Amino acid sequence: MSQQQLADIKERAAGTGPLLEVRDLVKHFPVRGGLLQRAVAWVKAVDGVTFDIKRGETLGLVGESGSGKSTVARTILRLIPPTSGEVLLEGKSVFKASPSQMKKLRRDMQIIFQDPYGSLNPRMSVGEIIGEGLLVHGVGSPREREATVDRLLEVVGLRGQHRGRFPHEFSGGQRQRIGIARALALTPKIVIADEPVSALDVSIQSQILNLLSDLQRDFNLTYLFVAHNMAVVEQVSDRIAVMYLGKIVEVGPAEDVCKDPKHPYAKALISAVPVADPDVRRERVVLKGDIPSPINPPSGCHFRTRCPIATDRCAVEEPLLRPVGKDRVAACHYA
Amino acid sequence: MSVRAPVSGLDTLHPHAPVQVEGGEARIGGSAWKLAAYVFLENRLAVAGLVVVVVMFLFCFAGPLVWRVDLVHTDIANLTQPPGSGHPLGTDIVGKDVLGQLMVGGQTSLEIGITAAILATTFGVLWGAIAGFAGGWLDGLMMRIVDSLLAIPTLFLLLVLAAMFVTSVPMLIVIVALVAWLVPARLIRGETLSLRTREYVDAVRVMGGSGARIVLRHIIPNTIGTIMVNATFQVADAILLVAALSYLGLGVPPPATNWGDMLSDGVAYTYAGYWWLIYPAGIAIVVTVVAFNLIGDAMRDAFEVRLQKR
Repeated sequence: MSQQQLADIKERAAGTGPLLEVRDLVKHFPVRGGLLQRAVAWVKAVDGVTFDIKRGETLGLVGESGSGKSTVARTILRLIPPTSGEVLLEGKSVFKASPSQMKKLRRDMQIIFQDPYGSLNPRMSVGEIIGEGLLVHGVGSPREREATVDRLLEVVGLRGQHRGRFPHEFSGGQRQRIGIARALALTPKIVIADEPVSALDVSIQSQILNLLSDLQRDFNLTYLFVAHNMAVVEQVSDRIAVMYLGKIVEVGPAEDVCKDPKHPYAKALISAVPVADPDVRRERVVLKGDIPSPINPPSGCHFRTRCPIATDRCAVEEPLLRPVGKDRVAACHYA
Repeated sequence: MSVRAPVSGLDTLHPHAPVQVEGGEARIGGSAWKLAAYVFLENRLAVAGLVVVVVMFLFCFAGPLVWRVDLVHTDIANLTQPPGSGHPLGTDIVGKDVLGQLMVGGQTSLEIGITAAILATTFGVLWGAIAGFAGGWLDGLMMRIVDSLLAIPTLFLLLVLAAMFVTSVPMLIVIVALVAWLVPARLIRGETLSLRTREYVDAVRVMGGSGARIVLRHIIPNTIGTIMVNATFQVADAILLVAALSYLGLGVPPPATNWGDMLSDGVAYTYAGYWWLIYPAGIAIVVTVVAFNLIGDAMRDAFEVRLQKR
């Protein structure tokens, strides 16, 4: 056993290690074709992603559409089977868990969805939706479950008397609150928020973001916050991980990454965030073209086709994540 | 599936005042059922259909309590009497009262129609939902079974089955249901394929809910529109199917009867001018089937089911 492994075990025993560890996560989707529907190609949605989330922190996972960030979220929760890699929750393997172990693990990891309309069953009352997890895990008596649901409704800013109503009677923001209450019902340790505010009006977005941070404080929650909007991620995250075409290109404390991004892709993302000060002049990095196809990503550095500083070396040698400052890593030869 | 009705209708149906909450104002409204009922009741033809069905039920099941006639013994003195005093719809070839037979025969037709429809829909829905949810080879196997059975011409299959077994009411129900479950199975399987990818299904998976919970609590309740519409059409189809079988001589044995049997018995005497032997039963079948179809159409609108060929 190496020193590192020994240290990991000690950390876990003390409860000070990372809450969630994602190790070299890979998810390739087959592209089927031909008469026999064989896999003729693979969409490399997630291509070797590694990160940790510490207890009580919010890790923002940003990237544009098609970067694989939602696939990371869903694979961690085993909503889609991984191709390879490992996810550890408090040191326990999520992918190797037996069905009964998995059912226990599921209480600790919940999800908030993007679409407040598609994520609530229109045929169930709000009380049934929020209380379902308690029912599945046999928590409490029917009366206790009802009381829990009422309390959760209050916690997310709705009222206990809304328990008997149906999702279509609520607005988008209210529905998202119901989705949040459902995620909290099982008192999870980590909540994966998959674009939780992208479908909402801007005025409602900040309400929901404030609610999420209040809940984090009150319930000692840990978030994996997936979003494509850098401004939103900057507001809620302690640390930020930037994804591009199935890989993480930069990780670091939110403030540092936003003030001084190291990776050229992160620079482009940050420069696209509007600043509410007409006197501020910033270097604007505009990316050319679209994200390349994940079926056939560019050789070497995946970003080189759109990178303003790419050289011949980038086409040959794939840059690995390496330290670029305190608690910061970036995957660029020139960072 | 969301059902939207005009706001004016909502106000009268749901008079509770809106509630102020932190997340904004809670919109007024009721369960999807109430909204569907509202849309349904707006449709006059549907309400007419509903009235016809209710009247037909009263006629068949409560009628014999009022109109007491002997439907067991033949009455040689009163063969094939035209409609008139004592027999408002005349008598048949063995002297039985046609009005009384129409009531009792209707009982059999409606019983078979409704029971067969419930049986076929229940089985078909479960079959389709399980196949669609399971996916993969199980889905393939289950749906190929449905396809194979659909490939057999219905009337031919019914004739063979009816010829193999002595026909009775339970037998007819089973035979009709055996043919009828295939259509709901395909419809529900198709809907399940789309419903199983919904995020609320993912939410149940994340909380550790079982496949049975997903199918029974999340998928099937969201196909309720399709189920109700299809079940209504199934009743109409089953009544027609039994009539056709009976017409071909495979109905229920006397003294029991159904509308199809009455047609079958009477048709031989059309040339003798005994129109009262076929018109009452024929009209009863047409009116009932049309009424069920009207109800089905209106329910399709009420549940906003996409127009699909049944």
